[in-house]
Amino acid sequence: MGKKLLLEHINVPGIETFEVYRKQGGYASVEKALKTMTPDAVTEEVKKSGLRGRGGAGFPAGMKWSFLDRKSEKPRYLVCNADESEPGTFKDRYLMEKIPHILVEGMITSSFALGARTSYIYVRGEYMYVIRILEKAIAEAYANGFLGKNILGTDYSLDLYVQPGAGAYICGEETALLESLEGKRGNPRLKPPFPAIAGLYASPTVVNNVETIAAVVPIVNMGGDEYAKIGIGKSTGTKLISASGHINKPGVYEIELGLPVEEFIYSDEYCGGIWKGRKLKACVPGGSSVPILPGELLLKTAKGEQRLMTYESLSDGGFVSGSMLGSGGFIVYDETACIVRNLWTFARFYHHESCGQCSPCREGTGWMEKVLHRIEHGHGQASDIDLLVDVAKKIEGNTICPLGDAAAWPVASAIRHFREEFEFHVKHPEKVVNPKHFEITPFVSERVAVIG
Amino acid sequence: MAKVTIDGIEVEVADGTTILNAARQIGGDVVPPAMCYYSSLKETGGKCRVCLVKVTQGSAKDPRPMPKLVASCRTPVMDGMVVQNISSAEVLEARKGVVEFLLLNHPLDCPICDQAGECDLQNLAYEHGAAKTRYEEERRTFEKIDIGDKIKLHMTRCILCYRCTFVADQLTNNRVHGVLNRGDASEISTYIEKAVDNDFSGNMIDVCPVGALTDKTFRFKSRVWFTKPLDAHRDCPTCSGKVVLWTKGEEVLRVSARKDQYGEVKEFICNECRYDHKNMKDWVVEGPRHIERNSVISQNHYEKIDLQKLKLEVDRQLTFQKGKQLPQSNTSQA
Ligand SMILES: Cc1cc2nc3c(=O)[nH]c(=O)nc-3n(C[C@H](O)[C@H](O)[C@H](O)COP(=O)(O)O)c2cc1C
Ligand code: SF4
Ligand code: SF4
Ligand code: FES
Repeated sequence: MGKKLLLEHINVPGIETFEVYRKQGGYASVEKALKTMTPDAVTEEVKKSGLRGRGGAGFPAGMKWSFLDRKSEKPRYLVCNADESEPGTFKDRYLMEKIPHILVEGMITSSFALGARTSYIYVRGEYMYVIRILEKAIAEAYANGFLGKNILGTDYSLDLYVQPGAGAYICGEETALLESLEGKRGNPRLKPPFPAIAGLYASPTVVNNVETIAAVVPIVNMGGDEYAKIGIGKSTGTKLISASGHINKPGVYEIELGLPVEEFIYSDEYCGGIWKGRKLKACVPGGSSVPILPGELLLKTAKGEQRLMTYESLSDGGFVSGSMLGSGGFIVYDETACIVRNLWTFARFYHHESCGQCSPCREGTGWMEKVLHRIEHGHGQASDIDLLVDVAKKIEGNTICPLGDAAAWPVASAIRHFREEFEFHVKHPEKVVNPKHFEITPFVSERVAVIG
Repeated sequence: MAKVTIDGIEVEVADGTTILNAARQIGGDVVPPAMCYYSSLKETGGKCRVCLVKVTQGSAKDPRPMPKLVASCRTPVMDGMVVQNISSAEVLEARKGVVEFLLLNHPLDCPICDQAGECDLQNLAYEHGAAKTRYEEERRTFEKIDIGDKIKLHMTRCILCYRCTFVADQLTNNRVHGVLNRGDASEISTYIEKAVDNDFSGNMIDVCPVGALTDKTFRFKSRVWFTKPLDAHRDCPTCSGKVVLWTKGEEVLRVSARKDQYGEVKEFICNECRYDHKNMKDWVVEGPRHIERNSVISQNHYEKIDLQKLKLEVDRQLTFQKGKQLPQSNTSQA
């Protein structure tokens, strides 16, 4: 059994209440930090822990915290990004729903470290029931003296608010989130300035993912050095993985970083293997925005090394033969999956979610969706495949925020690894008219019949 | 002061100047095009991405190149920065991509569009675009709507540069229009088509780079190249009163603000000057308006044509379109 730091007590009945959570040792990090440590000492522990942002980019949390402009006269803010909208990612919801106090605790300890007196949890609007759970947890924390004026009798005071979003993936991008939190249209800002200098209301702000903030709790409790011993190299600690797709046991798993990918998919402790005794075809290991990998490249790198669940190992081979750990949205496809159909679904999502500010993303995402729709429905032409590659290339790197890249990478990688499947759609439209085409006869079998 | 090299040409500019404005100080071919940035409106720029350039050296202190192309209109120069615009094939390729994106859902109804002949998108496409479209899908369309009684919004033509919303924010006391929806369904709109009614709202027409916002008092009156533009002024209590009269014979067909060589208005005018003084007698005419841009407006121009200059311009455009770059001496890396 791997070590559990966040989900250790998840099955304790009543853990969502303050009373039970406290009995299990909850809020110890607040006591330790506020009573025995300075804010800088807490930041130092987070730095030592090697904790990397769990929202997707994997930026070292301690470093982000140290960039916060502490000389500014303006108030400082901590904003928790709970907008979780990346297809394939549902870990933050699970954590907030089942054990909301760990987030509240993490927010208090982290706000103390950053010197924030007001902090926000920005939750996607679709998670309305989660918002109620969080609000209840926050009310309990206030009632027990962990929030509000003079927490635990110290001179540190903090107010914590939950803000629902209005249902836009783009509001998960940190500067769009801040715009939205300020009550404006959720358009990403041009950077620089970064939020650490001018974030919420143009004041120094740290934006962190739910899981990142929750991880501060065990880090402060056990010490940064101890936390850094878990994992491999620069991938320290535990990570929540949202496992979905064609596996026997979909769900949210806490893994120690460094677990072999193969073990994660096939062991009974985690995904329990591919369902219905089928074969693994492909996997998107880090949420819809990261490159898709064929089964062989998922389990072993191009160099033939065993692939591990770490930031480094999953990106080994760059975009040619690697992918990314991203937000940990692990989507598994068996041999009946249609890569084109899956890509079209993703493209539809990005087209729908583009904020529309910059022309490459606004126009390019819709274009890719339409071309993919044609190919999947048997109306494609041979030239469409290269067209898609070119459009993706013209978007990538040329936009204001990374949503453009997130829309382009899946297209580029799917065609790189599965070009034959796209060609098959173009050459044999009659074989793909039935939307369940590869469920009836998987592409591997079609391939033998058609391509040889 | 900061020294910056753009396409091999060095220029010294004040700290905080953007790459685009540094390039404008050099002038000529090294100036990137700009469709959303507008020097007289704060916070504009960064959106259309046609001004992308390559920074091959970040600064003298930190000479690393920037990892991606950057929007020159919003990226400040650093001392010792080295920038490539037209001397970088990567930039030209990316720009061609952006032009293609901008035209993707554009109706290309130039033959019936009032902006034709003075349209930044036409000019941009002419210099940087491809001759053919690769887009086979249906184009997005919107209903035409009235924004107040003087402005027609033809959303189908809009490139979402956001300039008109900044005009409303910065020149009028109450912005009642903005962007609704998102992605390629975004539209400029007054909520429930509420009228835009204030002294300076007409400037939205001038800042719009395309034919999305047009002057209803001028719509379909004449193709712009059949009019004669005259610089004129009047004593106006609200604005500078400095305008351009677009005339045919003695008739004033349209009044607009004066645009500089980059198509930007520096002195915005009030609605009274724009709409209520369509009479030659109301104005002190200064003389013919010099249209610097290589626009078709100059075609029927009554100014004396400098044949020598015209030939040079035609040659320049031809070489540019062939993808030929500046002479080697200009592009050699500093
Ligand atoms: C389009 C887009 C959507 C994003 N959505 C989320 C999200 O839902 N949750 C999240 O934590 N980060 C999201 N991010 C990443 C955030 O911008 C930011 O990097 C993150 O919240 C930082 O927190 P971390 O350092 O703790 O990971 C998104 C980024 C982009 C570009
Ligand atoms: S890349 Fe897309 S989502 Fe991001 S700012 Fe540009 S249009 Fe908006
Ligand atoms: S209407 Fe014109 S000025 Fe306004 S956003 Fe569209 S193109 Fe720009
Ligand atoms: S002019 Fe720079 S991005 Fe539009």
